[in-house]
Amino acid sequence: MSTDIPYTNTKEAVIAIKNLYKSFDENKVLNGIDLELHKGENVVVLGRSGSGKSVLIKIIAGLLKPDKGIVSVFQEQIDLLNFKELQKLRLRMGFSFQSGALYDGMNVRENLEFPLVRNQRKLGRKQVNDAVEQVLHDVGLLQTINQLPSELSGGQKKRIGIARTLILKPEIMFYDEPTGGIDPITCVEINNLINKVQQQYNTSSIIITHDLTCAKTTVDRIAILSEGKITKNGSFDEVFESEDPNAKAFYNYNFIAKK
Amino acid sequence: MENTNDIIHGEEINKPITKSILLFFSHLNEIQKFIFRFFREAFTPPYELKEIIRQCYTMGYLSLGIITLTGFITGIVFTKQSRQPPADFGATSWLPSLVSLALIRALAPLITALIAAGKIGSNIGAELGSMNVTEQIEAMEVSGTNPFNFLVVSRVLAITCTMPILMTYACFVGLMGSYLNINHNEQTSFTTFIHDAFGKITFLDIFASLFKSLLYGFTIGIAGSYLGYNAKQGTVGVGKAANTAVVVSMFLIFIEEILIVQVVNSMR
Ligand SMILES: Nc1ncnc2c1ncn2[C@@H]1O[C@H](COP(=O)(O)OP(=O)(O)OP(=O)(O)O)[C@@H](O)[C@H]1O
Ligand SMILES: [Mg+2]
Repeated sequence: MSTDIPYTNTKEAVIAIKNLYKSFDENKVLNGIDLELHKGENVVVLGRSGSGKSVLIKIIAGLLKPDKGIVSVFQEQIDLLNFKELQKLRLRMGFSFQSGALYDGMNVRENLEFPLVRNQRKLGRKQVNDAVEQVLHDVGLLQTINQLPSELSGGQKKRIGIARTLILKPEIMFYDEPTGGIDPITCVEINNLINKVQQQYNTSSIIITHDLTCAKTTVDRIAILSEGKITKNGSFDEVFESEDPNAKAFYNYNFIAKK
Repeated sequence: MENTNDIIHGEEINKPITKSILLFFSHLNEIQKFIFRFFREAFTPPYELKEIIRQCYTMGYLSLGIITLTGFITGIVFTKQSRQPPADFGATSWLPSLVSLALIRALAPLITALIAAGKIGSNIGAELGSMNVTEQIEAMEVSGTNPFNFLVVSRVLAITCTMPILMTYACFVGLMGSYLNINHNEQTSFTTFIHDAFGKITFLDIFASLFKSLLYGFTIGIAGSYLGYNAKQGTVGVGKAANTAVVVSMFLIFIEEILIVQVVNSMR
């Protein structure tokens, strides 16, 4: 971690990013990101739309290749792994997509079974059913088990998306705008779910959000992403008491403009 | 992958011609890699048998109605329209073998392939394209599964296996249509008709047609999957993937037809 950021954590880093660059043709999205995620920690990444938050976590999950820099997950540098090794590492990560990304040809049960039966081929029918019902119970949507994604609301889709990643018992969770476009009450439910997941499954998480109320209840640390760099990194109070213009803008929007 | 998508989705319009040519070749290179990947993953476990069977079923179901209709009508119309020349020589008894040669050697494989390109190819392009733009393919990837195996290999295998069956079926309904017309005019019995129809058909004819169907199926499957799997630019990209899949596979089917006819004729 770069020296100008007054943040230390003695726990082992599960994700370490050093000097990460990524651009798409002329569009320079990430310009030297330094970020660490420690065991058991929830980090919220704040940033304006288009600042590259989704790109950042897609690089960590190996969905996009970095142009430059080091991204290691569990001490393995992800862009050096081959497909098999990467797939094995990905079993330890859960990725909740901004859009939910449920498989729309399959119902909820089949969506949840999909990763499970393909990764643990020895499981019997009953064990699979139990696992499916368990995670659905955890996200509070057991009643939707036979519904198709097209029959679910936006918030339900996100929660099913989270359930689908939980079924593999990940150690790291990525939430891409878990509360984006969702009403405040469901928002609170999802925030509670994120906290519950952290405790029950003992995960470390990177949460992308615009929503500071979400951040406040789920966060251990906030990182502000602006112009391709992490401009501020610290606890909720540290970040919002600072003079960082982006931090101020987010704070004002969430807590003052709404009054 | 980024650069090759440009050419699929029509961004090359404003680019200088040299760049377009370069893009075309990088595109060919990507397709070649895609086909290699298909063969590599088709022969390595895990096998998605259940999905392959489901796809075969869907594809057959999707195109059965229209193939029945087109095959039958082609049989009737082709017989009716070819009647005059042999009739002038009083040789209408040649009609069954004439029609069956045309159907088995050329019409049935082509009709089936073109219908499949329109119905199944566009379906593959649209399905994979929309899965791609809604991050479903990425979601499969991050959950430690292999989307290529589940989505592409199963579809390409399914259409490759389904095509010969559909083609055989198209031959059958085409001959039934033809029989209807011949029976109406000449009162030929069914057994005589079948006897005459298959009198001139050789093993090579049947083998060549089955082989063609396999190849056309494979072509449609690869074109649709490649375009869908690499679709971009939101919902517009999905439509383009489906559309381009049909155009490209029809084009390739005609080229393959011409080449195979040359080879098969030289073997007769
Ligand atoms: N696959 C891609 N190809 C080309 N450009 C991309 C790709 N993915 C993202 N970008 C570009 O990278 C930039 C950052 O995108 P990203 O999706 O990470 O934004 P974001 O911070 O997640 O925004 P939002 O809050 O709206 O989700 C955008 O300008 C986008 O156009
Ligand atoms: Mg995003």
